[in-house]
Amino acid sequence: MTTTTFEPEDLGLKVGLEVHQQLATHKKLFCGCRMSEKSGLQSEIKRQLRSTQSELGRTDDAALFESKLARTILYKVDASSACLVEIDEEPPHDLNQEALEIAFSIVLLLKSKPVDELHVMRKIVIDGSNTTGFQRTVVLALGGELKVGSRVVPVQAISLEEDAARIVGKSADESIYSLDRVCTPLIEVALAPVTCPFSEIATIAVTLGQLMRSTRKVARGLGTVRQDVNVSIRNGNVIEVKGVQKLDLLPKIVEFEGMRQSGMLMVAQELQKRGLDAKRVAIEVVDLTALFDRTTSPVLRGNLDSKGSVFGARLEGFKGILGYEPFDGIRLGSELADIARSHGYLGMFHSDELPAYGISEAEVSSVKSKLSTGDNDAFILLVGVDQDPKTTASFLENRIRDAYNGAPAETRSPTEDGKTRFSRPRPGAARMYPETDIFPIPVQDEFLAKIKDSLPPSYSSQIDTYISKYHLSPKLAKQVFDSDRQRLFDEIATASKVAGSVVATALTETMVSLERDGRDTSRINDDHLRRLFEVLGEGRIAKEAIPDILKVIAEGEANSTDKAIQALSLSRLGSTDLEEIIQKTVEENHDELTKHGKDSFGPLMGKVMVKVRGKADGKEVSSVLKKIIGELLNSSRS
Amino acid sequence: MQDRRGYKGSSLKFLTKENLSTGDLLSIRKGSTEYVGSLLPRYEYADENYITIKLLNGYNIGVRVSNIESVSKLSDGTKPLFARPTLPTIDSSLPRIVVMGTGGTIASRIDYKTGAVHPAFSAEDIYAIIPEISTYAQIDTAAVLNYDSENIATREWSIIAEAIADKISGGADGIVVSHGTDTIAYTAAALSFALNGSPVPVILVGSQRSTDRPSSDAALNMIAAVLVASRPEFSGVYLAMHSSSNDDSVSIHLGTKVRKNHTSRRDAFESINIPPVAYVRRGEIRHLGIPNEAKAKRFALRMSFEEKVALLKFHPGFDPGLIDYLRERGYKGLVLEGTGLGHVSSKCYEPIKGAIQSGILVGMTSQCIWGRVRMTVYSTGRDLMNLGVIPLEDMLPETAQVKMMWALKNSQDLDEAKNIMTTNIAGELVERSPIDRRQS
Repeated sequence: MTTTTFEPEDLGLKVGLEVHQQLATHKKLFCGCRMSEKSGLQSEIKRQLRSTQSELGRTDDAALFESKLARTILYKVDASSACLVEIDEEPPHDLNQEALEIAFSIVLLLKSKPVDELHVMRKIVIDGSNTTGFQRTVVLALGGELKVGSRVVPVQAISLEEDAARIVGKSADESIYSLDRVCTPLIEVALAPVTCPFSEIATIAVTLGQLMRSTRKVARGLGTVRQDVNVSIRNGNVIEVKGVQKLDLLPKIVEFEGMRQSGMLMVAQELQKRGLDAKRVAIEVVDLTALFDRTTSPVLRGNLDSKGSVFGARLEGFKGILGYEPFDGIRLGSELADIARSHGYLGMFHSDELPAYGISEAEVSSVKSKLSTGDNDAFILLVGVDQDPKTTASFLENRIRDAYNGAPAETRSPTEDGKTRFSRPRPGAARMYPETDIFPIPVQDEFLAKIKDSLPPSYSSQIDTYISKYHLSPKLAKQVFDSDRQRLFDEIATASKVAGSVVATALTETMVSLERDGRDTSRINDDHLRRLFEVLGEGRIAKEAIPDILKVIAEGEANSTDKAIQALSLSRLGSTDLEEIIQKTVEENHDELTKHGKDSFGPLMGKVMVKVRGKADGKEVSSVLKKIIGELLNSSRS
Repeated sequence: MQDRRGYKGSSLKFLTKENLSTGDLLSIRKGSTEYVGSLLPRYEYADENYITIKLLNGYNIGVRVSNIESVSKLSDGTKPLFARPTLPTIDSSLPRIVVMGTGGTIASRIDYKTGAVHPAFSAEDIYAIIPEISTYAQIDTAAVLNYDSENIATREWSIIAEAIADKISGGADGIVVSHGTDTIAYTAAALSFALNGSPVPVILVGSQRSTDRPSSDAALNMIAAVLVASRPEFSGVYLAMHSSSNDDSVSIHLGTKVRKNHTSRRDAFESINIPPVAYVRRGEIRHLGIPNEAKAKRFALRMSFEEKVALLKFHPGFDPGLIDYLRERGYKGLVLEGTGLGHVSSKCYEPIKGAIQSGILVGMTSQCIWGRVRMTVYSTGRDLMNLGVIPLEDMLPETAQVKMMWALKNSQDLDEAKNIMTTNIAGELVERSPIDRRQS
């Protein structure tokens, strides 16, 4: 077992990013539903999906895999954000023109070459994430480039697609999806594979994100952007890691994949060295449940108690292969266990790691004799409930055969700690079928010319504008520009007398800190914020009151800004009232003043602010306090 | 032979000049862009200035012929072809069911002629892709027609009925007819009369989502249809379609009482004026009861239909001259879809009188769809009855039209035809109107 650090060049490691970004259109891609409308009216629909063939008569491996794991799909539907189109009860309407315009401005910003005629396709996905069993997608343009510092990353293709449903639950025989975001327009930008330092991968994604945000017409906030990353090494297949939400995990995931793939190449070399024939790999499962009647292994016990079985199979000549660990945690055994789990098993054990997990020496011997395992052989134990262990065995068999060529091309999902897990075989061209319900759409020159004329300035120049126009710090300018309240900021900052930095801080940092403290900021709507800055602009409250007012709304104690102000009994103190409070505070702390003289300003300022926060401006307090202290000190001297 | 399906005009000229045919793997240069992909057939109604290419990643795009700088053929490609999976093995102790194909969504695939879905599967294909049906029956398949359902009419009803009669006399225990959904209810009514008293179940089945979609409702409907067709208690003509938007229940509707009530939903079909006769859920049949009116005593084959029967919907501003026109065109029967309880404007009285006097059978149904015609309530109704218009009770307008087509062809004279129209034959006339309009 070795842990290793390596550079991407050593492995010939290539990384291709695919960024999926929701567009901020008024309506969904193929119907008149508006996004993010919620009535809370939930109904349920139960469906089943079956695999089909492409128009060339081929069946896609990934679709076949999913169909073998066929389960009931339960859709949760909110009648205000979904219509018959989303539940596959009505043919799609015409492609959303607004989405097309936004997408083509990104195409032109990336210097990608538009195709002449758009053909909407159905990408077969039958895990239930689309009610139709396919995702509608259309390629808009090929080629192009993204400049990242001094590096030029080529663009492969740009497409427009409908977002899939969100999975909200899963059991052995049922997957549950929510249809709220389904059919939202997404632009997918696929970048060409490049070799670059791990640290640069996230920068590429960030740069692409900024370019798309420069249109000001892409959705922001959690879940509105997703990265897929394709990783390959020299002499290896391309592995797709789907759905990386956190950018800072990207380098870690890529590094892990590089290590895993090179580990799998070493496993392949080991197999070849031993002269084991891939064609002769055969897994015949035998029910071994009876052998574990009296097991004290907690995993097996739990499984048997919940009516699970234990299936075993011999692997001829495989002793030491499954447990061979070229790098820390990288073993063929754990890859097979992943497959077993994807077929609903609790887990898989193999002879190289046993006895362990409470499975005794005696139990291992009885398995060996039952399976007639020879000295050079290995065995696996599949633990769980399976109606069809033969199908699982055939998938395991295929995975072992694939191991002769290193890591197989497949789709994997990221884990929280920056590793990856098998999710399904890699879908290929055979998953594409034309969307027969929508006619091809020519891309007219006039349309492209119109888009070209209205391309936005670059991200960095828009940030510069924010900095100069609203006197924001570069950090705050980016924060507010990238936030999901950017449009609101523009509106308020343009109309209000309040300083741009105050508005920007409230809309970004204050909100984040409220969320961090566990407050529900979704209760704060745009109207609350508009009113807040109106009142502030009129001088009726002080800017220091903003966090408290928003807190009251977020906690549900007031449903309007005015009520929140009332609840906090905040209204700006008149200058006489303020002077009176300061005078009183100074008198109460007379000892402090006599002791420290001018230096008592700081502590006294703090004490006054506790009393007047939100009702008076800090600057005014400070100048009044200075004046009073000065007067008192002068009078005591004289 | 070069295959350039769907291409015409400048794109066809281009393909001919370059000697290219569908399936060829091409490299196309357009400015700095190179497209590598195979040439696909073109939808006939699409813009003729483009060719369709399937890129290697599976996406299709159109390339404007005038933008192409050069094209080279890299290799001959694969032709689009549906690969039929292996057929399941057959248990010879199970009931023998014949699955008949007539076309329609349950058997359709992309049609490069129009780009829309078009019937292309035979009943055998359906059998191959829904192997579960072999659990309930041993299946024989027969391709009777391959028509979109809007192209099915009187002649086709007779062809289908004769094919079924043939299979029944050949010893089939049940028949399943796959049919496009647009006119499946008309065919169900036609077969209900043509095969009245059928000794075996005849189950019509369709789908609202074509079988080229993973979400197709075809499989569930077909499985239920085969199951019901294997049960002798369902002797007669029925229609099997989804009960709701869920893929868990199929309703069995009486052939004379069913209507398509939605353009696209899976549960578009509803029993009108009676509840469905049964539901099929997870392989279990839940009987709600077959009305006595639907239980004919003897099997009588009368399989021909009169073409010249019109179904005419009355509406405000309706031109009474249309009735004269139909009389002049030699129509023999006329089913009116009147308003409410069975009314038309008094301006129609004269033409109707003329039609009846020249020997045309005129019946009245309601455009309300649900409910019964009662022409004794208002004077308009009484006037019309006085003219000789036959009130057709709770009969669906479509069923009434089909029945009149059948009655006119299978009677000696007009009186007998009139008598047939007012006598229940296959459950189309039911005396009791249930309290619940939609029973589930």
